[in-house]
Amino acid sequence: MSLTVLAVDDSRTMRDMIRMALLPAGFTVHVAEDGIDGLEVLDGIEPDAIITDINMPRMDGFGFIDAVRAQERRRGVPILVLTTESAPEMKSRARQAGATGWIVKPFDPTKLVKALQMVAG
Amino acid sequence: MSDASPRGLELLTFRVAEQEYSLDIMSVREIRGWTRTTPMPHAPDYMRGVINLRGTVLPVMDLARRLNLPSQETNDRNVIIVVKMNGTLTGLLVDAVSDIVAMSEEDLQPPPDIASDPQMSVVRALTVIDDRMIRVLDLGAVVPRTTDEVA
Amino acid sequence: MTDHNDPMAEIKASFFIECEELLESLQDGLQEMDEGSEDPETINVVFRAVHSIKGGAGAFGLEELVRFAHRYETVLDEVRAHRLDADSEAHKLFFAAADHLSDLVRASRDDLPMPVAESDRLLTSLEALLGDLPDEEVRPEDFEPLGVTLSLDLPDLSDMEAADGTGETDHDAPAEAAGDGWIIRFKPEAELFDTGNEPQMLIRNLCALGEATVTCDLSDLPSLDRLAPETPYLCWTISLSTTSDEGELREVFEFVDGLCELSIRRAGAAPLEAAGQARTLEIAPPPATPAAVPAPEAAPPQSAPALTDAAPPPVEDGADTPARKSKETGAKSVVRVDLERIERLVNLVGELVINQAMLSQSLGEAGLSPHSDAMNGLEEFQRLTRDIQDSVMMIRAQPVKSLFQRMSRIVRESSAAVRKDVRLVTEGESTEVDKTVIERLADPLTHMIRNSVDHGLESPDSRRAAGKPPQGTVRLTAAHRSGRVVIEVSDDGGGIDRKKVHQVAISKGLVPPDLPLSDNEIDNLLFLPGFSTASQVSSLSGRGVGMDVVKTSIQSLGGRISIQSERGRGTTFSISLPLTLAVLDGMVVNVAGETLVLPLNVVVETLSLGPDDVQMLRPGAHVVRVRGGFVPLYDLGVMLGYRPARDTHQGAIVLLISLDDGNRAALVIDAIQDQRQVVIKGLDDSFYRAPGIAAATILGDGQIALILDPADIIAAEGPLRGAELALTQGV
Repeated sequence: MSLTVLAVDDSRTMRDMIRMALLPAGFTVHVAEDGIDGLEVLDGIEPDAIITDINMPRMDGFGFIDAVRAQERRRGVPILVLTTESAPEMKSRARQAGATGWIVKPFDPTKLVKALQMVAG
Repeated sequence: MSDASPRGLELLTFRVAEQEYSLDIMSVREIRGWTRTTPMPHAPDYMRGVINLRGTVLPVMDLARRLNLPSQETNDRNVIIVVKMNGTLTGLLVDAVSDIVAMSEEDLQPPPDIASDPQMSVVRALTVIDDRMIRVLDLGAVVPRTTDEVA
Repeated sequence: MTDHNDPMAEIKASFFIECEELLESLQDGLQEMDEGSEDPETINVVFRAVHSIKGGAGAFGLEELVRFAHRYETVLDEVRAHRLDADSEAHKLFFAAADHLSDLVRASRDDLPMPVAESDRLLTSLEALLGDLPDEEVRPEDFEPLGVTLSLDLPDLSDMEAADGTGETDHDAPAEAAGDGWIIRFKPEAELFDTGNEPQMLIRNLCALGEATVTCDLSDLPSLDRLAPETPYLCWTISLSTTSDEGELREVFEFVDGLCELSIRRAGAAPLEAAGQARTLEIAPPPATPAAVPAPEAAPPQSAPALTDAAPPPVEDGADTPARKSKETGAKSVVRVDLERIERLVNLVGELVINQAMLSQSLGEAGLSPHSDAMNGLEEFQRLTRDIQDSVMMIRAQPVKSLFQRMSRIVRESSAAVRKDVRLVTEGESTEVDKTVIERLADPLTHMIRNSVDHGLESPDSRRAAGKPPQGTVRLTAAHRSGRVVIEVSDDGGGIDRKKVHQVAISKGLVPPDLPLSDNEIDNLLFLPGFSTASQVSSLSGRGVGMDVVKTSIQSLGGRISIQSERGRGTTFSISLPLTLAVLDGMVVNVAGETLVLPLNVVVETLSLGPDDVQMLRPGAHVVRVRGGFVPLYDLGVMLGYRPARDTHQGAIVLLISLDDGNRAALVIDAIQDQRQVVIKGLDDSFYRAPGIAAATILGDGQIALILDPADIIAAEGPLRGAELALTQGV
């Protein structure tokens, strides 16, 4: 099953990492640099899942998830939060905003693939 | 070149002011015809100037002057031997190139210890080819390393 | 971590490039904070920069970098959260930490030993800032570089990854024999659906762990008329036979922990509550909406390995999937290009310019009419060549910002070393200069900055005594000025002690004792090899590198350096550089049969000498009258040793040139050939480079012409000649 994924992260390295993790698994990967960019990219695609960073300029991950969930047809799209914070309050904030799950950076590519398949696949 | 047998070498022989000299062919990059040089101001008199060697600037040394021999009028038969020494290219202006001869280290004799002879300070060895005495140049001594030595 | 060798190496290389960018924004942000910026985005930028470096570093297992970045970030986070008020001392520490972070990045990149002791020292100071804050907020151990908390193992992978640990799950069930039975009861709450989680998906994932029978409890399902669409009514009971332990089972529900009722118990153990009217339910592909009315009909139990097949077969990277619509960057898209390719392009364009000049020349010699098609075509060719050249040069142009940022570090370090309080002010950071020039400026600029801090600025006590603020200022500016880049390093220190400089020069035998020197000439003594005024060799500048070395490196870039100084007010060093090392707008002239090129921008005007224009100060020293003033006259042919001095310059052509110090000079030449762009060919150290010879170029006929630096050649006339001329400047 080939999933279409949108990855939102302000770090080029992270975007590259995500792409490298997902492309070999047959995923289609779209990337965006921050929340605002993410919403723009989202406009033209129907992703099966979204991965987003939290700390980003212009619009952070929480704001981005909020905005995605506010779109009726995106209410069920699984959104995984990429975070270096393993602190419980991060998770609860992410969940409050509507995140489906979280992945703590640095992630193992195979686990990222699996996590996506579990929530979306 | 770690052969146990005497090291073989090839010498490029050439004429400078009626005398025969030679260089280890390994240090020779190319030989080209004479072209007019652009003089470098305030350079030592044995520096003839610079020429365009396929887009790079090549300094050319008048070997006769470097060896304190009478300098000849340059003409179309003159050639420039381009050598590589210490990582940089230098042109040596000579009268004409004669030959390439193969020999072994054994055929070389140390130069006579004549301290007063300035030519000998840049001669590494002597050898005899067809009854003619050929001086083998010590390229490192001919081509100064940096500008410091002449500044 | 993974075995993706090549792509990883590539991403790693790109990570280090990104680090440089992040370090730059970190510096910028800290600078803004230090200048009192109130914008909350500033600290966010600072925080994010460190945070992103940490994130990437973690991915590559760069542990020391992660360790330092994490703890640095923790402190910054306190500032961001307004729990810590950073004063200027704290800012200094942040700068030092940023510098150290940059060292760690480079050490990681180049596989050098990590300066761990320095990390510890800085971290101790940084964390001391948090002194009063509750412990909980600063637990550096929180972050484990290689920790993976997500572990959703599929059955076929469970063996392989068993050693990975089970993340945060704290249910450590004893090892199970194959085919152990579990009863899992799962009742989603409304919030579960708000997060995009799917009961069906969770159940499917659970079933993938073994043989499962799923029953759906519909007992809570109200009649249709009372059905609230957003409220979940269903409860599932899954009977699972699996080799997985309880921890792995719970991991399936990790994301919905707290969003559902979940009970997991061994089969055979007493159920916590009655299962109600159980019916089996087929595991269907996930419906689109969370509150879909469940299928009322039951289907035979099914374990669903087919639906959860592990990874799909890999697909070729470029298989049309990735990013046709995706965006790598926003409005401004950037391509990263190997510098070597650009060098090659620059060289090729250089050749093109030479070829075009040669073609021009031979067509001209062939006597073609200027209106012929060939000549018209040639004109077009020239225009295009120049456009291409400009565009290519633009590729290499970079703002001097990164260079200036390095200098702010030099100021911090050198001022700390000599215990002076120094502020660096920079201007014109966006000024663009050829990348090669920027790279080669770093060393001379470093030395000049150190010199300003060490020698230029007075001690705080002396400053106070002189009625100045104790904090000294070093100003670093860049600007484009008439086709060149001018970079200035100035200080508000005591200025050059000319008397002392003069004495030192005399005592070192650099100038004759009885020769009167102008202020400007005394200042320029600083550039003489072997000159050093520091009576005490300090730890900073006393490294055997003098301003003469600075001057030489600037000259090797085709640049010039000059000094202005005012006693008590400070000193300014000005560097004037060509925009590029590759081409020069030149004036091609003839002198004594030789062809020479002068930079066009120094030529103010050309004059033809009449009989009364030249006056002799003494044999060999002439001045020329130009509009009421006198300008020293130099015969290029004589200066370059091409010919002996002549008695008269009557009829000669003179180029009036402007020097960096504002003075003018007149150069005698024989004829002006042309004005054209020439490709600069560097002369390396193996050449006998005379003063005033900046470089060489290849002319249209294949001959080499030397490129002169007029200011340098005049300076090379030495103080003796200069002193005399200084007298005439006042005329």
